[in-house]
Amino acid sequence: MMERSYEKYFREGRLPHIWCPGCGNGLAMKAIVMAIEEKGLPQDETVIVSGIGCSSRASGYMDFDTLHTAHGRAIPFATGIKLANPRLHVIVITGDGDCTAIGGNHFIHGCRRNVDLTVIMFNNEIYGMTGGQGSPTTPLDRLTTTAPYGTSVRPFDACHIAMAAGATYVGRSTAYHVRHLAKLIGEGIDNKGFSFIEAYVQCPTAYGRKNRLGSGADMMKHMRDSAVMLSAWEKLPADKRQGKFPIGCFLKREVEDFNTSYEELVDRAGGVR
Amino acid sequence: MSKARLMQGNEACAEGAIAAGVNFFAGYPITPSTEIAESMAKLLPKKDGTFLQMEDEIASFGAVLGASLAGAKAMDATSGPGFSLKQELIGYGACAEIPCVLVDVQRVGPSTGQPTAPSQGDIMQVRWGTHGDHPVIALSPWSVRETFDLTVRAVNYSERFRTPVILLMDEMVGHLRERVELPESVEVYPRRRPHESRAEGYEPYRPASDGVPDTADFGQGYHIHVTGLIHDGTGFPAGSPTVTRDDIRRLHKKIERVGEEIIHVEESFLEDARFAVVAMGGTARTAYEAVREARKEGIPVGLLRLITVWPFADAALLRLAERVDSILVAELSYGQLVREVDRAVHGKARVELCGKYDMTSLTPAEILANIRKLAGRDA
Ligand SMILES: Cc1ncc(C[n+]2csc(CCOP(=O)(O)OP(=O)(O)O)c2C)c(N)n1
Ligand code: SF4
Repeated sequence: MMERSYEKYFREGRLPHIWCPGCGNGLAMKAIVMAIEEKGLPQDETVIVSGIGCSSRASGYMDFDTLHTAHGRAIPFATGIKLANPRLHVIVITGDGDCTAIGGNHFIHGCRRNVDLTVIMFNNEIYGMTGGQGSPTTPLDRLTTTAPYGTSVRPFDACHIAMAAGATYVGRSTAYHVRHLAKLIGEGIDNKGFSFIEAYVQCPTAYGRKNRLGSGADMMKHMRDSAVMLSAWEKLPADKRQGKFPIGCFLKREVEDFNTSYEELVDRAGGVR
Repeated sequence: MSKARLMQGNEACAEGAIAAGVNFFAGYPITPSTEIAESMAKLLPKKDGTFLQMEDEIASFGAVLGASLAGAKAMDATSGPGFSLKQELIGYGACAEIPCVLVDVQRVGPSTGQPTAPSQGDIMQVRWGTHGDHPVIALSPWSVRETFDLTVRAVNYSERFRTPVILLMDEMVGHLRERVELPESVEVYPRRRPHESRAEGYEPYRPASDGVPDTADFGQGYHIHVTGLIHDGTGFPAGSPTVTRDDIRRLHKKIERVGEEIIHVEESFLEDARFAVVAMGGTARTAYEAVREARKEGIPVGLLRLITVWPFADAALLRLAERVDSILVAELSYGQLVREVDRAVHGKARVELCGKYDMTSLTPAEILANIRKLAGRDA
């Protein structure tokens, strides 16, 4: 495959970005523009909406209409945008804290409501922006600035939440598997409904260092070694799953999206369109 | 004029919103504002507008802000507890200059308080609830018809100044039923539009001559960036003291510069008055009755009714204080409006409180008794 140029999707005047050397956010952002290019989304009719966090800073670097909302609130804002102008393609960038802690209620209701949004959660298992506090996805026994003796609460699996709450496309990939990640995001864009893609990314600064996980590159090697394609994962015996996690598309289901149902409601109400 | 209909204040609010072009409503049920959401749920689909019941009050106001950025005229309605939850995003709307209307039909607080009982205890949370320096426009109707009119005005001000505008109602007016005739059509302030192309150097947050930016809607090809971080004319965050000062100052100045044009008060029986009652919303109706009674007793008293609550009618109150000896502030709270009146009169008149916070409205007799006391006529 020929290497494409994605420069036109970035606001070069806004670079360099604020991310640390070795951070995985740039790779996940690249996967998003690869998917946008692949799916041919019109740049003038695509809106990127983000919350607050290191990951959510991505919106400012991307050359579309972009909205950097408040902490945890990207999904409600995106919902308003998509319903006010259904022509727009709306992509949400959120962090693990943004999405599953402060924005958790919006996340599950977003899944249930099934508005045609593609939500990409950059999961670095930590609060990066505020310097390394525990997030709802931090694994047990990790060190964070607010868990100096190790985390003692079980982490969320955001994909499980999305599937249980009614999302119509759910998948996971990593910053190491950029092409695979882009493919999943593309499938999410194709799905007319609420799509959730977890992008596992490394945060060497606020997480890796404290937990002796090495440099950004080391953390990516770990992703390479511990991420298992779903088809292989399903054949893996339980004892071999230890320390590994599945990636791939976990769920696709056909459910009418909110805008379509709403159009029917307007017809029932005798509304003039 | 349409033919007369019996209508509730909350319903008139919904009718006003539709008349003013509101085509998006997101809300979360809460007494005593729920009828606004219910009316919008009925009316909007008939107009191909969008009604959304969200998972909480933060989500509903977030959806409203997003919808507005995508070009909709958007509204949300709540009461005290819900208003408290929205505070962060109200500041977002002020900072990112997003037109929208938020209705607060007040009830007794704090906390869950008294859900179905009238109060006017949100005056200060409407003004100062969200963190940081920000301007606020809040309007308060006293009748069903005026609820319609002020909803239209709120929508228009929000578009003109690109800021959230609060319609500060109370339970008395929200649930009041009156016969009203509504106009067939109203004047509508259109969404501001960019006058330059990107190539011509368009900046979404550069102020036009009235200090308000002509920010593009999403989907118009301008690739704008909207953030709640302090930003410059480009819309992008900037970490300098100058940009910070200029941004915060401009947010205030765009409203301050129009001065009294948007500060509406109504005066009754004040020509020869030596005493005055100041009130707003449903309490102003009671105060009007009390003033008429007092006039029958020969007490030279009048009424100043605040229609625009914020920005505060400083100049009107100072003029009033220069004409009268004493002012009675009638309000349904432990004393909020009274502090603002006291500040505005600069000691030029004595200011007394006639406050109530027991679930019941003030009665004309109660206000009358206080007027008599003010005039030295108590038995
Ligand atoms: C209402 C509110 N609470 C707290 C914060 C502080 N804050 C900013 S980012 C953040 C956490 C970000 O973590 P995450 O969502 O995982 O994103 P990351 O920075 O790791 O990409 C917090 C707590 C805030 N900005 N707003
Ligand atoms: S703190 Fe972590 S998440 Fe934030 S930019 Fe640095 S490496 Fe990336």
